[in-house]
Amino acid sequence: MKVADTFVPNLVGTPVERIEDLRLLRGRGQFVDDLHREGMLHAAILRSSVAHGRIRAIDARAARAMPGVRGVYTAEDVAQGSNGSIPTIPLRLAPLPELVPFEQPVIAHAKVRYVGEPLAVVVADSLALAEDALETIEIDIEPLPAVPDRHSSARKQALLFEAHGSNVPITYTAIKGDANAVRAPYVRRETFRVQRHTAVTMEPRGLLAVWDGARTKMTVSGAAKVPWATRSTLAQRMDLPEECVDMIEHDVGGGFGVRGEFYPEDYLIPFAARKLNRPVKWIEDRRENLLASNHSREIDMEVEIACEVDGTILALRGRAWVDMGAYVRASGTIPPRNVAQFLSGPYRVPNIHVESSMMLTNKGPVGTYRGPGRFEADFFRERLFDMAARDLGIDRVEFRRRNLVSKEEMPYPIATVTPPERKEEFDGGDYRITLDRCLAEIGWAEKAGLDGKLIDGRYHGLGIGCFVEGGAAGPRENARIVLDPDGHVSVFVGSTNIGQGLETVSTQIAADALRMPMERIRFYHGSTTYLKEGFGSFHSRSVVMGGSAILGAANALKDEIRKAAARRFACSADDVEVGSGLSASHRGKSLSAAELAGDGISAEGTFANHHHTYAYGAAAAHVAVDARTGRVELLEYVTVEDVGRIINPLTARGQAVGAVVQGLGGTFLEHLQYDQDGQFLTASLADYLLPTATDFPNIRAIVLENSPSPNNPLGAKGGGEGGIVPVGGVVSNAIAAALAPLGAEPRELPLSPPAVWRLIRDSKP
Amino acid sequence: MANRTITVRFELNGKQIAAKVPVRTTLGDCLRHDLMQTGTHLACEHGVCGACTVIVDGAAVRSCLMLAVQAEGAKVITVEGLSSDDALTPLQAAFRKHHALQCGFCTPGMITTAHALLSAEPDADKARIREVLSGNLCRCTGYISIVEAVYEARAAYRIRK
Repeated sequence: MKVADTFVPNLVGTPVERIEDLRLLRGRGQFVDDLHREGMLHAAILRSSVAHGRIRAIDARAARAMPGVRGVYTAEDVAQGSNGSIPTIPLRLAPLPELVPFEQPVIAHAKVRYVGEPLAVVVADSLALAEDALETIEIDIEPLPAVPDRHSSARKQALLFEAHGSNVPITYTAIKGDANAVRAPYVRRETFRVQRHTAVTMEPRGLLAVWDGARTKMTVSGAAKVPWATRSTLAQRMDLPEECVDMIEHDVGGGFGVRGEFYPEDYLIPFAARKLNRPVKWIEDRRENLLASNHSREIDMEVEIACEVDGTILALRGRAWVDMGAYVRASGTIPPRNVAQFLSGPYRVPNIHVESSMMLTNKGPVGTYRGPGRFEADFFRERLFDMAARDLGIDRVEFRRRNLVSKEEMPYPIATVTPPERKEEFDGGDYRITLDRCLAEIGWAEKAGLDGKLIDGRYHGLGIGCFVEGGAAGPRENARIVLDPDGHVSVFVGSTNIGQGLETVSTQIAADALRMPMERIRFYHGSTTYLKEGFGSFHSRSVVMGGSAILGAANALKDEIRKAAARRFACSADDVEVGSGLSASHRGKSLSAAELAGDGISAEGTFANHHHTYAYGAAAAHVAVDARTGRVELLEYVTVEDVGRIINPLTARGQAVGAVVQGLGGTFLEHLQYDQDGQFLTASLADYLLPTATDFPNIRAIVLENSPSPNNPLGAKGGGEGGIVPVGGVVSNAIAAALAPLGAEPRELPLSPPAVWRLIRDSKP
Repeated sequence: MANRTITVRFELNGKQIAAKVPVRTTLGDCLRHDLMQTGTHLACEHGVCGACTVIVDGAAVRSCLMLAVQAEGAKVITVEGLSSDDALTPLQAAFRKHHALQCGFCTPGMITTAHALLSAEPDADKARIREVLSGNLCRCTGYISIVEAVYEARAAYRIRK
């Protein structure tokens, strides 16, 4: 590739302190709730307190009559403004016509299907007045039996969508070879479970919609993740041309996959703003955030491993049930697809047959959360591998080493998932290097004697697991670079900043590509006003896709500079030398970037890609378990990941450590709980526990760049999610090793003290 | 009754201010929406996450759990009051150096909490720093870099003392 040849890293690869920090540390960030507009109104949303029921009546007369209330909207009002029908939230990823009936309406009509589903929007002069008015709205809902879990979903205890006749919208199949034909000397089948939990970004979601009727312009602040996709969805549903809708990204207080998809509010708030012709702001509160932002992770799976007696894996067979909640939301297809496709992880598995069903329940709808389906798959697989290795009398490290895909087998095909059919292959790397490094870092050999040992009243144990992380989703990303009059450049990219340091790493890439200092680069991102098309930040794609688009734009800009300078020098463009700082020279004559800027120089770059990147690694944990209380202390955790090329070691390591701790939350603490009536039990941060500063002090992340991806000019691989992927498997393997004398085998998360205590009570040595 | 307003007067970041607010307004909402000091962030509004922490008469308090009227006559310091136009403070510079923030939403509460701690206990060890910061949630960093940053910033507070 030509681009790769000319890219010489200089700032790339160095721990540049972040640009973003200068404003964020001084309280000068601009998050959506920091915005104020003249005449701005505030919205609050009435949500269903019934999990499943038929809506008989909504009486909002009292609310409408309250002072300060400017508008109250129910499904009836939305339908009137939308040709009699209620718009639904389309599937953004892996859409299929057969899933369309399960899309969520932007406001409940006829039925409610989960606690938290929007029933009415109140807009008032202040948020307090809007919330006061909510309480006066009378709702009459005829309760229906609730479907609280995947078992009652399968039994059709009630049907969420009567017309469908079942609560199972789809069953995906992941296939490689012919797993059902494999006869093996060793087979073990186990059932595992991961609990419902989710991202819980520190900044709740928020929107500010401004309608300019005179110019037919809808401007929505608070976009994140995928502004162009959100614009397209909103424009269609508001019956506006896309050009009449702009999505503006501000500072975003955490993404993790959950924030920035299209939600009911992404329609309702612009709808209210257009109705009232006034700016309307809505900021989610924490209860709504826990209730109504995408949930994830709730998967039960039966997995069967078939091996030779020497531990060589012959086949994986499995059946997964993914509790989807009440609707199939924008990114809802991904967890059930990923748990099937990535069950085999970084291992050589010649035969795979996995079925994965979406199961509808009367709970909050599910979407992607950092490492979607992969965190779950890794927990299932790595637990099963430890059980198989022990049965076969093979060291568990050796079992993994024997089955890891080798460098020579790259690119290595994994299972194909359908429908729609998606073939997938790993792009390259030496998976044994990260395993060996991880073992060395935690001191595996020295600590091996600790397994199952009782020291000062606690059982010690070590765990290990290997993982891959997919990144770099296509189809494209775009960038544009403009030479400014002062000789600086403005770089515009379709990627979005969700807290990952996009501004800094992108500016590093641009600075090296243009051979200019970072101070001369102005960076703009994530808003539909900047580029005709952009794709955003998800699937660990912003460095690979956005960064490569910037490289392309930089090369195109240099060509434009050559052409402009050639006109001035009256020579051929090929004879113009573009030097550092974008100066142009020819036979002793030279022009600075500022001198050339008057010629109106700009260039665009697009990076198109259909090959995913696969960062990979291994993680290890050392735990101590108090068998009397079930309390587990994580004494040490090390993760090692090869991400192809490190743009900024500070941010790469920072995200790896952060992802590990987020995964530890999902392993030990976090649980979105419902009762049998579908009532939500964890609506505050006092009920839904997040890791705190005292919980996990000893985490280390080592990020390597031994094996650049062959599929992009930077050689980078998506690297923001890998840290979280193996955590559940690795930690529970360590707990199993610690409790081996008691015969306890974790098969479910979270491993809270009561859960571990019960596990010990119910096991037999 | 809920909409009755009252004028509250207090010292905010060294300046005397007056704000006319509904009596039920929290200090956090008053700072953000009446006084337009949006550096203080609200993330849970039920006193768990610590993002809204401000310093009232020297103590780190949660501005979501305190009514604006309770600040009458008090000295209130927010992240804006702990910042200068010229350069980052040693505490902020340590956060930047150690990459102790990613999305930055919890950061103002981390800065105010750490400032209150180090002003009172410039010799706080890592365990003490962790204990105090355990009242502030961060979803991005995993806290390790934050503890390192606060630990490094201790030197500046010792000199100040």
